[in-house]
Amino acid sequence: MPETVLPPDPAASNTSLRALLHGLPGVDEVGARARAADLSTRSIKTSAKARAIDLAISMIDLTTLEGADTRGKVRALSAKAVRPDPADPAVPSAAAVCVYSDLVATAAEALAGSGVKVASVATAFPSGRAPLEAKLADTRRAVADGAAEIDMVIDRGAFLAGDYLAVRDEITAVKEACGDAHLKVILETGELATYDNVRRASWLAILAGADFIKTSTGKVAPAATLPVTLIMLEAVRDHYAATGRRVGVKPAGGIRTAKDALKYLVLVNEVAGDGWLDPDHFRLGASSLLNDLLMQRTRLSTGTYPGPDYYTLD
Amino acid sequence: MERQADGIFEYAPAPESRAVVRLRPAYELFIDGEFVPAKSGEHMTTANPADEEPLAQVSVAGETDVDRAVTAARRAFEGVWGAMSGAERGKYLFRIARILQERARELAVLETLDNGKPIKETRDVDLPLVAAHFFYHAGWADKLDHAGMGPAPRPVGVAAQVIPWNFPLLMLAWKIAPALAAGNTVVLKPAETTPLSALVFAEICQEAELPPGVVNIVTGAGETGRALVGHPGADKVAFTGSTAVGREIARTVAGTGKRLTLELGGKGANIVYDDAALDQAVEGIVSGIFFNQGHVCCAGSRLLVQESAAEELLARLRARIERLRLGDPLDKNTDIGAINSAEQLERIRELARAGAEEGAESWSPDCPLPERGHWFPPTVFTGVTQAHRIAREEIFGPVLSVLTFRTPEEAVAKANNTPYGLSAGVWTEKGSRMLWTAERLRAGVIWSNTFNKFDPASPFGGYKESGYGREGGRHGLEAYLVHAA
Amino acid sequence: MSTPPEHPEPARAAAGGDSAATDDRQHSAPELHAEAAELAEPLGAGGAARPDRPGRPDTSAVPADAPAAERIPVRKTYKLYVGGAFPRSESGRCYPVTGSGGAHLANAALASRKDARDAVVAARSAFSGWAGRTAYNRGQILYRAAEMMEGRRAQFAAEVTDADGVDARRADALVSAAIDRWVYYAGWPDKIAQVLGAANPVSGPYFNLSRPEPTGVVAILAPPMAPLLGLVSVVAPVIATGNTAVVVASERAPLPAVTLAEVLATSDLPGGVVNILTGRAGELAPHLASHADVDGLDLTGADPGTAAELERSAAQTLKRVLRPGGGEDWLADPGTSRMTPFLETKTVWHPIGA
Repeated sequence: MPETVLPPDPAASNTSLRALLHGLPGVDEVGARARAADLSTRSIKTSAKARAIDLAISMIDLTTLEGADTRGKVRALSAKAVRPDPADPAVPSAAAVCVYSDLVATAAEALAGSGVKVASVATAFPSGRAPLEAKLADTRRAVADGAAEIDMVIDRGAFLAGDYLAVRDEITAVKEACGDAHLKVILETGELATYDNVRRASWLAILAGADFIKTSTGKVAPAATLPVTLIMLEAVRDHYAATGRRVGVKPAGGIRTAKDALKYLVLVNEVAGDGWLDPDHFRLGASSLLNDLLMQRTRLSTGTYPGPDYYTLD
Repeated sequence: MERQADGIFEYAPAPESRAVVRLRPAYELFIDGEFVPAKSGEHMTTANPADEEPLAQVSVAGETDVDRAVTAARRAFEGVWGAMSGAERGKYLFRIARILQERARELAVLETLDNGKPIKETRDVDLPLVAAHFFYHAGWADKLDHAGMGPAPRPVGVAAQVIPWNFPLLMLAWKIAPALAAGNTVVLKPAETTPLSALVFAEICQEAELPPGVVNIVTGAGETGRALVGHPGADKVAFTGSTAVGREIARTVAGTGKRLTLELGGKGANIVYDDAALDQAVEGIVSGIFFNQGHVCCAGSRLLVQESAAEELLARLRARIERLRLGDPLDKNTDIGAINSAEQLERIRELARAGAEEGAESWSPDCPLPERGHWFPPTVFTGVTQAHRIAREEIFGPVLSVLTFRTPEEAVAKANNTPYGLSAGVWTEKGSRMLWTAERLRAGVIWSNTFNKFDPASPFGGYKESGYGREGGRHGLEAYLVHAA
Repeated sequence: MSTPPEHPEPARAAAGGDSAATDDRQHSAPELHAEAAELAEPLGAGGAARPDRPGRPDTSAVPADAPAAERIPVRKTYKLYVGGAFPRSESGRCYPVTGSGGAHLANAALASRKDARDAVVAARSAFSGWAGRTAYNRGQILYRAAEMMEGRRAQFAAEVTDADGVDARRADALVSAAIDRWVYYAGWPDKIAQVLGAANPVSGPYFNLSRPEPTGVVAILAPPMAPLLGLVSVVAPVIATGNTAVVVASERAPLPAVTLAEVLATSDLPGGVVNILTGRAGELAPHLASHADVDGLDLTGADPGTAAELERSAAQTLKRVLRPGGGEDWLADPGTSRMTPFLETKTVWHPIGA
């Protein structure tokens, strides 16, 4: 949709944004699901599987977002992100560690010099219900403490009410507060209800300056799904075709097995293509996924199934 | 297809194992519950279209053999099968459905070997539908009074059935399941190039202890089919195949009083309006013409796209086609398999040549073809007009002809401008326009915002020269029942 | 889209042919007067005193106290019914029609192959409009045909009697049955889709609906031995469902068919929906059976010796063929058996998603 892609227009109104977003091609839910299901039948074996597992590990935003999180927990997770399998230095590091903003400093310290980035949820995660000033302050503080990436949530209430301008302006403001940090915009697709909305929210976030669009907070079911990710990949693909800017995609929440992760990689491969098959453009927001990937990796290289006790719990 | 040889994520081969199929070196005819040698003494060889390796020898039924089969079917009809209650008949069909489910993997691999279509399709489409067809019709056997086709339904008698090579076992299911449910007995001739799954189905009939003579399978080529269709002992003829052969059968049957249903060719229009869900439309177009290598009578072989959306749609379509994986049909990641026969490949090539000569512009993805076997790359012709042969003749291959339109009236007029009338597609997000279009299309199956969907409960069949009669659903029973005046 | 049922079809007047339509309208008044005179005679005298030509009373039947001055009756010219108009055969030919007793009744137009082609063109051009009418509207028009027939009972009875030599009671019963047959089929258009359609429970998130649609242009060989009731019985079901028809009337007894055409012409039936040809079935039928723009072929009235050959011809374009049954009881309840052969089932799929 080349002609629909306009740079963010400071004079935009809800009317003009609505015209733009509702002018996007619709999404047929059944067809989108069928396409995602069809791609999930791809059989990834042997050498392809080995490469895919390592690629998936390198794309993980290793995440802990619990009220009970402690500095100790964050330090342990950071260590795991840097060296996921202490017994095998060939295993790549994860892409980032994702924590609440008050733990950014701890993570930054633990990850210093490792190449693993610190990502922080901000903007009154996960509900997003806070005054803009608080959200911006939250963001600035996280960046100041060492977050290279900010995961913000959009105002789903405003979006569903059709107040696209409010959603856009908030993203733009947070983006500005990010400075050099990358901005991941969480659409919370489980609350957007329709794939049409997912497509519109994707474009709205992209046009407002998102570096990544992310499916979910992980606190709302359903979180990441293949069809939702398919729709988001189509949006970044089409946006790239129109502008040459490559926005990343991050499914998060509910991705627990290597098999699931591989399905996402197939989706990226066949919908968006090679250009997204790196940690700069595709992330998997997960925690327990990493251990399953490590187990599958071992099985593939040794031919035997290892037990879970051989992998660290964090 | 070695796609993205230097790409980040190249899929390694993932072949389905052939070990699940135990092919016999030679197969005999299945008559009266037994495998018997053909009196004709003739044989033919069936080969794997993907590598041209012979798979097995198969008997060629002559007139005497066909006569034996029809006689066996008659005896079963007048004896055990005719006397059996619908409820008991139904139980045999349920039993067959269950065995088909149990042996689905074996049959899927066998079908892929004999036909050349990808294992992904035989595994996920053909075989599930085959079992579903028997399961669905099993339940009709004792409920025919409720089918609403007329008072006091009773079976027609012996059904002579001739099926094509594009969906060998599925077409068998479409023919045999309703016939048996309605109380008929059958003699079925599978296609010359794809006889094997029908012969394994014969084994399944034995395994199900179906009474002898209820199902008879005679293999052979056109001569065998002619003998079967022309046999005076057949009460009903059912044929799926080309319109040319359908005409010949209709002429043969004329004046005999035999019941006849024909499911013939098509040149389906897939209409994409500019408000369509474009990504799903692209999927529907791809499924419409590349599913089963385009060896589909209801294929959406004519893409009619609204001019205002043509450029964008075609760009998306080409990008999507570039992702299709052509190659070893047994590889689980193969999207496009082999062309079924050298003869069919030549037909596709001839029409593709005609398309180029008549001035249409041909495009195919960068797609190396295997050296052995019968292959044709996915091909899109743009700049096609109604007058081109590739817009009028059924190609029965992975070749899409793209035409454009400006208004809904023009779309419908172009879509209907064909002697065929089997299927059509409509893509629009506007409900009233979808219904307006569907109402005006002269075709038996309209897929709106989807394509190439099949279900045993859904009647299938054409208008005009795509044949007559319906298969599937309540409507499909009509062909196998007679009613009190 | 649909025309109000009682609104005259404007296309008819413009449909051309010769000026027959207006001619016949002028003729109809004196004919009705003549029939009124017939009805006045004692019932028992009907057979013997039957005029040898319909609409022209024998002077012997005129009561003795009638005025002595003899009026010259106005005869009717029996023409074809094509595209809503009443043309003569383009060939200029006609043939003599004799009654059951061998007496000359009238000359009927002897339709040519060209007339048959014209009739197919008329039927084709009327098809989409007729099929596109609402079922309710089609039903009302069929009912209107019954109303119009009712008003011409006597004329039809006389023609049936002339043609078949049946007695008045039998003729009356046949005419009644023919009228009632229109009434029967008038009730079908808005029910057939409910009876033959289906909501199909497919295994997936799809809305799937099957419904019957008309086949298109149907060529009908009307039964030769049942010139009125048989004719109505084969035409009404075909058009009730939205098809258009080219009918070859009973060659032996074509006059009721032409009178039926006059009824249809005044029943708000759009021109071209029913086209009636009189003439030699042996000449017209092969032409219609092989005509590529004919979609269906009703062989009910076909000569048994030629039916197979006609079916073979029809195979070339895969026409739907209703084979001759033989021994039809035209007074029996026809059910749906004459509608289903010329209906296609269209199945529409649509995904169900939010």
